[in-house]
Amino acid sequence: MNAPLELIRGLAANEASPDDAWVIANVSRRRFLRGASALGGFVLAVGLPSAVRAADPPKYGADGMPHGWVDSPLVFVAIGEDGVVSIVCARSEMGQGVRTGMPIIVADELEADWARVRVVQAPGDEARYGNQDTDGSRSTRHFFMPMRRCGAAARQMLEAAAAARWKVPVSEVQAKNSEVVHGPTGRRLGYGALAKEAALLPVPADDAIRLKDPAQFRYIGTGKLKLLDAHDIVTGKAQYGMDTRVAGMLYAVVARPQVYGGKVTSYDAADALKVPGVVRVVAIEPTPSPPYFNPLGGVAVIARNTWAAMQGRKALKITWDDGPNADYDSVAFRVTLEEAARKPAKVVRNDGDFAAAAAAAAKRIEAEYYLPHLAHASMEPPAASARIVQGKCEVWGCFQSPQAARDLVAKRLGMPAEDVTVHVTLLGGGFGRKSKPDYGVEAAILSKAVDGKPVKVVWTRDDDLHNDYFHTVSVEHLEAGVDAQGRPVAWLHRTVAPTIVSTFEAGANQEANWELGMGVINVPFAIPNIRIENAEAIAHTRIGWFRSVSNIPHAFAVQSFVGELAAAAGRDPKDYLLEVIGPARVVSPQMLGDTWNHGESPERYPVDTGRLRRVTELAASEAGWGRSLPKGSALGIAAHYSFVSYIAAVVEVKVDAKGELTIPRVDIAVDCGACVNPERVIAQMQGSCVMGVSLATLGEITFKTGRAQQDNFHQYEVTRMPAAPGVIRVHIVPGDYSKPLGGVGEPGVPPVAPALCNAIFAATGKRIRQLPIRDQLKA
Amino acid sequence: MIKLDINGKQHDVDVPGDTPLLWVLRDELGLTGTKFGCGMALCGACTVHINGLPGRACVTPISTLAGKKVVTIEAIGTDKVGGTVQAAWVELGVPQCGYCQAGQIMSATALLKRKPKPTDADIDDAMTGNICRCGTYGRIRAAIKHAAGEKGEAA
Repeated sequence: MNAPLELIRGLAANEASPDDAWVIANVSRRRFLRGASALGGFVLAVGLPSAVRAADPPKYGADGMPHGWVDSPLVFVAIGEDGVVSIVCARSEMGQGVRTGMPIIVADELEADWARVRVVQAPGDEARYGNQDTDGSRSTRHFFMPMRRCGAAARQMLEAAAAARWKVPVSEVQAKNSEVVHGPTGRRLGYGALAKEAALLPVPADDAIRLKDPAQFRYIGTGKLKLLDAHDIVTGKAQYGMDTRVAGMLYAVVARPQVYGGKVTSYDAADALKVPGVVRVVAIEPTPSPPYFNPLGGVAVIARNTWAAMQGRKALKITWDDGPNADYDSVAFRVTLEEAARKPAKVVRNDGDFAAAAAAAAKRIEAEYYLPHLAHASMEPPAASARIVQGKCEVWGCFQSPQAARDLVAKRLGMPAEDVTVHVTLLGGGFGRKSKPDYGVEAAILSKAVDGKPVKVVWTRDDDLHNDYFHTVSVEHLEAGVDAQGRPVAWLHRTVAPTIVSTFEAGANQEANWELGMGVINVPFAIPNIRIENAEAIAHTRIGWFRSVSNIPHAFAVQSFVGELAAAAGRDPKDYLLEVIGPARVVSPQMLGDTWNHGESPERYPVDTGRLRRVTELAASEAGWGRSLPKGSALGIAAHYSFVSYIAAVVEVKVDAKGELTIPRVDIAVDCGACVNPERVIAQMQGSCVMGVSLATLGEITFKTGRAQQDNFHQYEVTRMPAAPGVIRVHIVPGDYSKPLGGVGEPGVPPVAPALCNAIFAATGKRIRQLPIRDQLKA
Repeated sequence: MIKLDINGKQHDVDVPGDTPLLWVLRDELGLTGTKFGCGMALCGACTVHINGLPGRACVTPISTLAGKKVVTIEAIGTDKVGGTVQAAWVELGVPQCGYCQAGQIMSATALLKRKPKPTDADIDDAMTGNICRCGTYGRIRAAIKHAAGEKGEAA
């Protein structure tokens, strides 16, 4: 086989050693190792991780993330003698297209022929690759520039090697499509022939890197490349966390406490052990609160196949102590949240004087919105495999945060992180659930319990729905004072929802700045008196990130309420929304009380109301806003800023006499800055739209006696094909590659539910204030 | 021992007869292209063809498969319609995470073999049992039409 394959095989056997990995060619490995040890083992000559720059205050973007960023071609690029360019993708693929998007940035600057590029998935090793937490819609916006520099540096090294070989000035040579060409003589050398010499050259310093003129991009921005893994996916070859197979593998399912904070009092495994195929029954110790990303504990059944393990679990006799949350009940908790939402609470933003302005207003309007818990329900339930050989642990799994998996496995097994290798498979959906690698730790614990044999832990769908890190439940209370023309002069938004912080700090009961910064505190509205409050709420289950997170309840409430105010004023909802956004202006997030700003610099990423206006206008015009529709049909609009991107949606609904809802068409306008792979931006917007429709119409997890009540897709319903929007048209605002990029994976979700409910109001006069809609429209 | 005919090959498997086909395919035979999503025939991720008809492997005990021919995603490409469907999926960029797509392709192939020019209603009926949490339904519909020879646009 060709050289890169050999290299990959050699590396696979050695992956436990984090230093022994990607280099431009085999020969440079030694040089890299020397360089690495001189710098303390991890840090490369370029792309110093943020930790090294601790003196630089304050850190934003990729600099502010654990382990920052790395841009060295010695880390991300390997070229075989046959010219095949291997590019490392260090971010996790969960459907957002990152395994295509990241490598095409490198390949473009590297002038690599995409047909001769292979992509290699990095193991969890942030010291080497920079931050790998694939969440927060951050991959492209944080790694666009490092990956460009990485590719450009490698290109320059290849050009320098060719110039040296030909003994000509480097200015006379140019890399083009995996070859370097000498202009004056037309001589050519392929990358494979140059790789070894190039690898011996120094990596260009940051200020010597020559980036391409974006006009010369061959892949970036074109959207012409097919999805990297498409062929493997459609032929069944693609490998997900659920699919790992290792010789001698055993399979496990775990009976976990059904109530948050519960634990096993006693268990009897006798009947389980009689089930054919069952090998062992092992107790997993629970972890004390807070839950963090640790296993919930319980009793595991290990068997020769997954089915036998499931049958064994059914035969377990377990007595549980349900613990302090045994009374958690969604109906009662809603009342608790509503009571909190109706009393003054902690003020988190206060512009002007809401009370005085509201008292003096021509009219006061009030509304309250309820949004339930949601489960991620990725099509692939959590799954991970582990084995321990000679004191070293190998883990395979569908992880959004492989470094966290590595650290937690190491901690739980009592071994150094260097002795734990975490291989990242494809993720069959993630949506934030797979940022929490508790299932990887379970696999490692169980492998240890069977003397290091490989064990795969499979979560069933009911495990996934019962023991998720749930999207929070919230009540959003809004009040406005409007003037004689119906324009808002005073705005109060009191939000109350159990915080994700409770997953990290026991007893945390108020939203963090990064939850408030998701569309409640940072509303960029032209209203002189704005008061935002956050009431306390206790978490009674594990709360976690769900795609677009707190933007879901916040955008739903804010954009629905703007629709309500427009209706009260008798105004066109689109015109009214634009008026509330106000004139185009650039607003500092700090002026809005937002100290977080999605982790980005307030100077580089201010809130630009002009961009919010533009997507609103674009979605409206593309949707044919104002066009006449038959009775029962109407358009609704919403716009929302999140993950430093601007999105507006116009939803067309049809509600028939029986209250049956259909969604013939949605128009989404997105301004996420320049796009690396616009085809995938469109795909993400379409997918976000369906997820938004799903959570608006069907999504709800309820609790009773502490237990999630939904077992599977017959009870936790999600949108299926017939109920999905007929057409989802996506309109991308052209961007500039010299400007900061925005997020894409999440920000498409928040505007969908309020646009849908605004459309339903326009069509029927019925205002939806509680999600899901389910049968609220039925006569 | 139970005899199974999977993708034209004979297999003898030594597991209880009530074991669902899904786990025999995945854990015993190493055919992991057929996915686990729900275990209750609710999501369609495990769709295979049994004597040419779509079936859910997660609720099909292997004891019911004597003398029947099972085809999975790994072999559907050798079928002319199946191969056309797979190509349409790639051409229109249908997959996002891709986990459900094996089941989607098996359902779509069964539809097109039965009805080469399906209407939208036919597509809804045939595909409603297959959940895609990434929300690729518009492109699935377009790809089915594309495979049927209509000009399918990425919806």
